[in-house]
Amino acid sequence: MAEVQLTGVSKRFGRDIGVEGLTMTVGDGAFVVLLGPTGAGKTTTLRLISGLEKADAGEIRIGGQPVTHLTPSQRDVAMVFQQYSLYPHLTVRENLAFPLRSPILKTPEDEIARKVAEIAEVLRIPHKLDNKATALSGGEMQRVSIGRALVRDPQVYLMDEPLSSLDAKLRSDLRIELKRIQADLGATLLYVTHDQIEAMTMATQIGVLDNGRLVQFGTPREIYENPVSLYVASRLGLPRINTLPADMFAGAPPGAATMGLRPEHIEQGAGKPSQITRVEHLGDQTRLHLTLDGHDIITLTDPHTPLKGGESIAIQPRDALYFDAAGARIA
Amino acid sequence: MSSYSITEPPARHKWIAGVLVVTYAIITLLPLVWIVATGFKTPADAISYPPKVLFEPSLEGYVNLFTTRTRIGDEALAALPPPETWYEEIVRDRGMVIAGPSRYGERFLNSVIIGFGSTFLSVFLGTLAAYAFSRFRVPLADDLLFFILSTRMMPPIAVAIPIFLMFRQLGLSDTHLGMILLYTAVNISLAVWLLKGFIDEIPREYEEAALIDGYTRFQAFYKVVLPQAATGIASTAIFCLIFAWNEYAFAVLLTSGTAQTAPPFIPTIIGVGGQDWPAVAAGATLFLLPVMIFTIFLRKHLLRGITFGAVRK
Repeated sequence: MAEVQLTGVSKRFGRDIGVEGLTMTVGDGAFVVLLGPTGAGKTTTLRLISGLEKADAGEIRIGGQPVTHLTPSQRDVAMVFQQYSLYPHLTVRENLAFPLRSPILKTPEDEIARKVAEIAEVLRIPHKLDNKATALSGGEMQRVSIGRALVRDPQVYLMDEPLSSLDAKLRSDLRIELKRIQADLGATLLYVTHDQIEAMTMATQIGVLDNGRLVQFGTPREIYENPVSLYVASRLGLPRINTLPADMFAGAPPGAATMGLRPEHIEQGAGKPSQITRVEHLGDQTRLHLTLDGHDIITLTDPHTPLKGGESIAIQPRDALYFDAAGARIA
Repeated sequence: MSSYSITEPPARHKWIAGVLVVTYAIITLLPLVWIVATGFKTPADAISYPPKVLFEPSLEGYVNLFTTRTRIGDEALAALPPPETWYEEIVRDRGMVIAGPSRYGERFLNSVIIGFGSTFLSVFLGTLAAYAFSRFRVPLADDLLFFILSTRMMPPIAVAIPIFLMFRQLGLSDTHLGMILLYTAVNISLAVWLLKGFIDEIPREYEEAALIDGYTRFQAFYKVVLPQAATGIASTAIFCLIFAWNEYAFAVLLTSGTAQTAPPFIPTIIGVGGQDWPAVAAGATLFLLPVMIFTIFLRKHLLRGITFGAVRK
């Protein structure tokens, strides 16, 4: 396993920015999650590291070696694509063995059989090994394509929303399994997701991308609790962070334009009275939809709350985040 | 009638469709059946009027196709030892003896060499070109593709004279190589266009996955793209073979001896021993077989191939 270093990497597609001046170090054995909306450059970053795209500028090093001019196969990376990843003319077994049979690895057949069986067990598909790849369900296909990366022992694993097409149960099982495998192997893993739980539970670090630029890089805790901007703050948190005018409550620092208030950072029972518009019982938690001076606010409350829509409740902020007019964090 | 389904047409429609299909099949197959039948008739039965549907089968047409024969006097015929083979007997019955084999066999072999040779070359070059057009940034790609297609915008025979002169200069007249190159040149535009469509349909992600899995681009092409393009390659091969196999005009013009294919040869049978229709029909029947076998062999792919535009998502 190896460290991945990107220095000032830029890539444009015509006039569109892919990534711009991206500098980031993914430590040896780190599990880095890339966050950002569609078009922020997450997938482009993975493709640049894998060698499927050539950077316009900047340098990429894997394990200290510059790889900018190497072909994908020479870079020794494994990648799980978001879609279309299985070879439809091969069986599951052949798909899993495909990377091992490559001219670069040339694994002996008994070793291939052993590794394929092992991975099939982990991904719970041993009974499907002789099926055609096209005869699988979406979830099974995705598991096989994860398996095709895991049979190898590459310098880096790159995964582009590998769990997004799975159902909730399988997703949480595989999430734990992936994290376990990564920790066991000490693998360096770069992972793209939209899923907050995946990002928070699996990552050692999170990189937040905005329009091709890395805007913050840190541990999940840092990103969640100490975001550098409103943009970063709204990437994590479910329900999303509430954004309110900074002067709505007392205590705003000078220059603050917006106040970011996470749902769990709203104290109930004191402060300004607000109107309850809706109460959502989700089982393990209950969400209160409030309006205060024409602004919608979402907060959490006791699962067995007696509160009902139409009632009124007093609220006040705790640990609010303050941002200036451009969205940068002030306090 | 109780159930109603949008996807399942009513029984009456299916029945009508069935009748139409069967009628169409009869219309298209009848000439073929007639040719095959004529091959097994005697010359007299072949031209009898009204036409004979039921007749006593004879192999005379096939014997005549593969032999040249000489008429000898009755006395000379009587003086010969009894015929040793069944085909000699058939010929003797007509008051003739076998003078030697005909040239049908070698013409047929020429057709096989030239037809399959040019098909292989067209598909081979076409696949490589189509892959390049589909995957790489080729300068002026659209213009080049249009140029390639434009070679089919006039009948190839329109350039027969320049080609004739060119072939004479290059020493390609009446050679297998010359005919293979000529048919390849005509077929390649079809091959490039058809195959480009098929290769465009194969998502790039498969090759990208293979590149990352440790394969070079050529290996990814060979191991991932080619197997998935099998449908397109098979149907393109059939179209190319059918053209090269049936081509008549250039074959008449450019071949006479060594490289003559079967199509210009079959009509010459008519002139040899009177209008020997059973021999012509026998020659045509045998000539149909290779393309038929080739098509049946690739049928599974062909059906998917020619409907690809219709069933595509």
